[in-house]
Amino acid sequence: MLVDYSPVSRIVGQLTGPGKRLGAAIGAAWPATVLVVTIILVWEFYTRYSGIKPTTLPAPSRVLQQIVENRQALIDNALPTVAATLSGFALSVASAFISSILVDFVRPLRRALFPVFIISQTLPLVAIAPLVVLWFGFGLLPKILLVALVTFFPMMVALVQGYDSTDKDMEWLLRSMGATRAQVFLKARLPSAIPFFFTGLRISITYAVVGAIFAEYSGAAKGLGIYMLAAKNNFRPDLVLAAVFCSALITLVLFGCTVVIERLSMPWEKVRKDDRK
Amino acid sequence: MSTPRLSLRHVAKRFDTLDVLGGINLDVAPGEFVSILGPSGAGKSTLFQILTGATTPGAGTIAFDGADLTDPAGKFAFMPQRDALMPWRRVIDNAVLGLEVQGVPRREAHRRVAPLLEQFGLAGFEQHYPSQLSGGMRQRVALLRTVVQDRQMLLLDEPFGALDALTRTSMQQWLERMWERHRWTALLITHDVREAVFLSDRIYVLSARPARVIHEIAVPLGRPRTLRDLSAPEATRIEAELLHALLGSASPELA
Ligand SMILES: Nc1ncnc2c1ncn2[C@@H]1O[C@H](COP(=O)(O)OP(=O)(O)OP(=O)(O)O)[C@@H](O)[C@H]1O
Ligand SMILES: [Mg+2]
Repeated sequence: MLVDYSPVSRIVGQLTGPGKRLGAAIGAAWPATVLVVTIILVWEFYTRYSGIKPTTLPAPSRVLQQIVENRQALIDNALPTVAATLSGFALSVASAFISSILVDFVRPLRRALFPVFIISQTLPLVAIAPLVVLWFGFGLLPKILLVALVTFFPMMVALVQGYDSTDKDMEWLLRSMGATRAQVFLKARLPSAIPFFFTGLRISITYAVVGAIFAEYSGAAKGLGIYMLAAKNNFRPDLVLAAVFCSALITLVLFGCTVVIERLSMPWEKVRKDDRK
Repeated sequence: MSTPRLSLRHVAKRFDTLDVLGGINLDVAPGEFVSILGPSGAGKSTLFQILTGATTPGAGTIAFDGADLTDPAGKFAFMPQRDALMPWRRVIDNAVLGLEVQGVPRREAHRRVAPLLEQFGLAGFEQHYPSQLSGGMRQRVALLRTVVQDRQMLLLDEPFGALDALTRTSMQQWLERMWERHRWTALLITHDVREAVFLSDRIYVLSARPARVIHEIAVPLGRPRTLRDLSAPEATRIEAELLHALLGSASPELA
């Protein structure tokens, strides 16, 4: 029989795989960790020995202290931001998905819609955010809309590019089997777009948090954006930075979630990487 | 001769300014294994595009079992030049793709593929992803995906073109055994003269673009064939004849 693949090496690969990945993760993370720690140390020493006022530049230790002291207020304000981010993002992913399918099936729509989408990306958020708040009030809705506005286009482009990346032979093969246009889409074009979809997801999740904070900055009852605005107006840069720390943390966690979902939805990529090493 | 399974008369094709097929005549009888040899870029894959309905012929007629081929759907099982396996599908799910498209229920599709896995050297690898397979195994998955469609004719576009010489030879031997067993009607495109001689009942040689049939030869070797049959005087004579026809037709930049 023509067996030219060793199951033994595969099993060994599976056994050592996760350990190696943890090691690789640590290996990949340490330069960034060293850099961040260095910056914080330099910052701390600078604020201590340069005589700069804490109302201009607070020390990181002071920011940390403020985070601990104001944790309840920060959490209360972070939750609406997370809610706005996630709902806006969900709306944007859903509408990007639907319009990408429309555009894929109806080619002329692509030429009609893309210029509109591109224009939507050139709208300055500084000008649009207060208007959207003016039209839709201080509630969740304007935030959702703004988050969707900033993340829709990257998602849409990623999906359309993903469909177009489909192997032409694969489509030819499906056609030769008698597949309909819808079957070609479902069996070849859509799966081909999955890696592109996740790249788009990772890029836009960072935009999403920024978009939500910007929307709150323009007017909100609660949220990290309005919290930052209030702290700034009270000359409390330490609280502004405490809120910035929270938003960074939220972004990192959401980014991490997309990476985990990506791994889980593409098991074939995982075996490929495991087998390479 | 009885009605050919497939019969091409003066089939021509041009892409914009590029004259690819310059009038092809060829026949394939039921149960016959026919190969097409031709220089790279001659238009061999284009011929399969026409047969599978991916493009329309510019001129000429194509008859299938004596009737005009108006709708190619359901007649050919096609294997593209690159295996076109779906990296996100496991071996078994790649193999049943054609049945899935036909609407065969999953369980039934798996039941039909199961007995062939052993013959195709894929038993135990059903749950692997294509990226975990060797080149030879990938080609066998692609061939399995082709034959389980249970069509009247196989169209194989350079199935072993991407393999190393050793794997290719063992795959050729394996395909010969498979063909003995199933007697598929098959049209094979290849660059490999020995492969064509080893596998075929009949061989057509195409010229460089615009492609025409410049040579046709029957391979009167018995079956089943072994590698030793390739060194028989008859086989070496055919090989030499084919090489001569091919080199005489090579595109000017290669000559
Ligand atoms: N859809 C198409 N549109 C325009 N030109 C095409 C198209 N398909 C093929 N061609 C051109 O037709 C010519 C023949 O291509 P084809 O793929 O049929 O060659 P081939 O004989 O299969 O070559 P190879 O042996 O290298 O696979 C090439 O020059 C190619 O660029
Ligand atoms: Mg070709």
